[in-house]
Amino acid sequence: MNKKMVLSTLGKIIWVEAALLLLPLIVCLIYRNDSVYSFLITIAVAVVIAFPLTFFCKTENKLIYSKEGFVIVSLAWIIMSVIGCLPFVISGEIPSFIDAFFETVSGITTTGASILKDVEALSEGIAFWRSFTHWIGGMGVLVFVMALSTGLPDRSIHIMRAEMPGPIVDKLVPKARETAKILYLIYIGMTLAEIIILALCKMPLFEAVVHTFGTAGTGGFGVKADSIAGYSPLIQWVITVFMFLFGINFNLYYLLLLKRVKSVLKSSELWVYAGVGIVSCVAITFNIMGMYDSFSDALRASAFQISSIMTTTGYATADFNLWPGFSKTLLLVLMLMGACAGSTAGGLKVSRVIILIKGMRRELTRLLHPRSVKTLKLEGKRIDEQTLSSTASYLTVYAASLVVIFLLLSFDKFDIETNISAAVACFNNIGPGLGVVGPVGNYADYSVFSKIVLSAAMLLGRLEIFPLLLCFSLGTWTKK
Amino acid sequence: MKIIIVGCGKIGTALVDSLVSEEHDIVVIDSDRKVLEEINNIYDVMCVCGNGADSDVLEEADANKADLFIAVTNSDELNMLSCFFAKKMGAEHTVARIRKTDYNDKSLTFMKQTLSLSMPINPEYRAAKEFYNILKMPSAVKIETFSSGNFEMIELKLKQDSPLHGMTLSEMRGKFKANFLICAVQRDGKVFIPSGNFTLQGGDKIGLTANQTEILKLLKELNLIQKQTKNVMILGGSRISYYLAKRLLNAGNNVKIIEQNLERCEEISELLPSVSMIHADGTQQEVLLEEGIERTDAFVALTGIDEENILISYFAQRKGVPKVISKVNREELAQIADDMGLDCVISPKKLIANMLTRYARALENSMGSKVETLYKLMDSNIEALEFTVSPDFAGVQTPLKELSLKSQILIAGIIRGRTAIIPAGDDVILPGDKVIIIAGQKKLQDLSDIMK
Repeated sequence: MNKKMVLSTLGKIIWVEAALLLLPLIVCLIYRNDSVYSFLITIAVAVVIAFPLTFFCKTENKLIYSKEGFVIVSLAWIIMSVIGCLPFVISGEIPSFIDAFFETVSGITTTGASILKDVEALSEGIAFWRSFTHWIGGMGVLVFVMALSTGLPDRSIHIMRAEMPGPIVDKLVPKARETAKILYLIYIGMTLAEIIILALCKMPLFEAVVHTFGTAGTGGFGVKADSIAGYSPLIQWVITVFMFLFGINFNLYYLLLLKRVKSVLKSSELWVYAGVGIVSCVAITFNIMGMYDSFSDALRASAFQISSIMTTTGYATADFNLWPGFSKTLLLVLMLMGACAGSTAGGLKVSRVIILIKGMRRELTRLLHPRSVKTLKLEGKRIDEQTLSSTASYLTVYAASLVVIFLLLSFDKFDIETNISAAVACFNNIGPGLGVVGPVGNYADYSVFSKIVLSAAMLLGRLEIFPLLLCFSLGTWTKK
Repeated sequence: MKIIIVGCGKIGTALVDSLVSEEHDIVVIDSDRKVLEEINNIYDVMCVCGNGADSDVLEEADANKADLFIAVTNSDELNMLSCFFAKKMGAEHTVARIRKTDYNDKSLTFMKQTLSLSMPINPEYRAAKEFYNILKMPSAVKIETFSSGNFEMIELKLKQDSPLHGMTLSEMRGKFKANFLICAVQRDGKVFIPSGNFTLQGGDKIGLTANQTEILKLLKELNLIQKQTKNVMILGGSRISYYLAKRLLNAGNNVKIIEQNLERCEEISELLPSVSMIHADGTQQEVLLEEGIERTDAFVALTGIDEENILISYFAQRKGVPKVISKVNREELAQIADDMGLDCVISPKKLIANMLTRYARALENSMGSKVETLYKLMDSNIEALEFTVSPDFAGVQTPLKELSLKSQILIAGIIRGRTAIIPAGDDVILPGDKVIIIAGQKKLQDLSDIMK
């Protein structure tokens, strides 16, 4: 274990977070919030921690292996969350540390689950920071650091792999750093586009910025008690489209920039993603038609909720708690699947589902024709057995984690529906679930223990389980 | 610069290793997924799995945007074909490894033209040339020539009882009349760019620059000139052996090759009738003694197995052969061989990788960077670069002793017109000169990078 390199990389990440905290600080100054001191103190704390890490842990040996990659990523996300929750606590707007930690983890993992009973009471600076964590966490903190700085470890592919979601992490261009840059430029470009369009649709600028952060990171924190429901139908449609766009694999946007439209259209993941979205949208529209005045209202509500749930964003324009059982169940299933790999969304990822289904079909064929040989393909490329088996084992660990989280939650006082959906919604980084934690509810009444469990669930879900598991398993740290 | 490498065998991997450190954008194509995975884990490159002559694969690798396309799979024909395709798609320069002896010079020239290859490369042929140069130059470990031709750099390993033992560099300059500069010293795996009060020790490997004639003069004074190599014994009948033997024969040497495969013996004997081919297991000391290893002037170990080469070379050195060269491809073993005291260990794959890296630099040069030639010295720890001085270089007309250079930088030579100057403190650099810079570790892109 190259401990010095791990520590100095962590130091770098804390510097970056300190720099990022300057943005909400500026917002505080603009709106003359009192919370400005909470950001100043947090930045000071971050600098005090970061300084020794970067200056005393310098090392010539920049070599890291996948082990260090996992450790760096897991610790970075935990430390980011701990520092990120300080402004909430210091400003007194979320006095309890555990609550603030839950809120920050929920922000940074782009979950959007909140313990706040009254969102509108937050000051602008704090509300900005809360949503900004979505944006930071969406594309990944370490990918951001990678795009910025040169002093990262050699073989930084290990870091990228540990942080980027999806079964196969591909680079867009030969250099990891350039890849990180391109991804962030696309991300920033789309974010700006959404802010401008929302502003043009007459959403106040501050709200446009905050909601864009929530959409871009597929998070779901807003500033209104009724999420997006209070805005005009046009704004709702704009957000629906952008949520869907941020759920698409960013590699495809790069191909689009290169004008390789054909290869984009060939992407089976995109077609499955869009297909599932449209089919479920039609199904739910008809299912809920009776509850709405017109077809267009029903379609809009259905499309918005589907887009929000599939991309694991978690905005809402309707209380789907009141929808019929079929619609609710379908939403719960969509929560598990999530959106495309290589996007900012959470969940199991469409490409994994495709691989698993293809693998399953092959197993069935094998039962009929035991000697049959069939290679599996995804996006025109062969899926090797290694990827297939690691995807299968990912599903196992995924299911096992979900069960454990659900079991731990069941100590609390809520019903099964609430607990199951809370576990699924946090683990897949969605946010609102069903029952008490539905779109109009919140997680405030869960016990401290459950909040810690859910925070862990969100981190596990965002980092796709293995990095955290490995970071806290003994084998990583012993010399054996 | 964007470089595509097809084939990740020994040479391909060595190439990736060397080119990555030059900050190029590299795409690697290979049909073996496992190999690519390994490469992807270690180097910051993009990997594409597939056949290098498949247009889809080339398209995925963006071959149309490649500045340099290098095909080094073990099939000559595949290399030619993929280079041809890449060129047609729009790659700037293409290099193909073509090494079959069946393709003679005439067909090579034809292929080069028809396929618009920038350069066919035959690693064995190049390696043989390098081995030959070393055999020709007494005691020098390695010789590099800079652009003007008569300015050379040699690497030399000092014997334990060398007259230079315990001498500082400034003392040395006073004692020897030859005009030369010691620009690098390697000791215990560490490399120094020495200053005047640096003390040499036996066992050091030194790099020095001078004129050809000055180098000969110095070697004479150091008593390192032994009688001209006449009888050479080569162990193993590989392709390198063939090319080396051919060169040696042309220069009038007697060559003996020991090879244990009868068919191969017959092949070589047919191609080079004047070689004395011995069909025997050359790893047996009895055979070597019988064939007169004690009387030969030079021994070259060229079997396909590194370990054998090292051990037999060691034996040959113990038997008092004046000049022993061993081919060792694996880096770790080369280090061990060095520790065992073998004078001259050469890795053909590294040789080729360095050559192509140099080629890439030269291309980049034509695209804006100003490095003319580049050599990696002392196991690639130090670089020697040649720059042409432009009038806007800040250090023009200033005596060298007044220039404030960065650490680990040395001006090793100034070539003005046809004369080579070994610089002293009072010399100045003029516009239009070519200067040779020795740099440890740092990547220089421009001459002005040497200044603080």
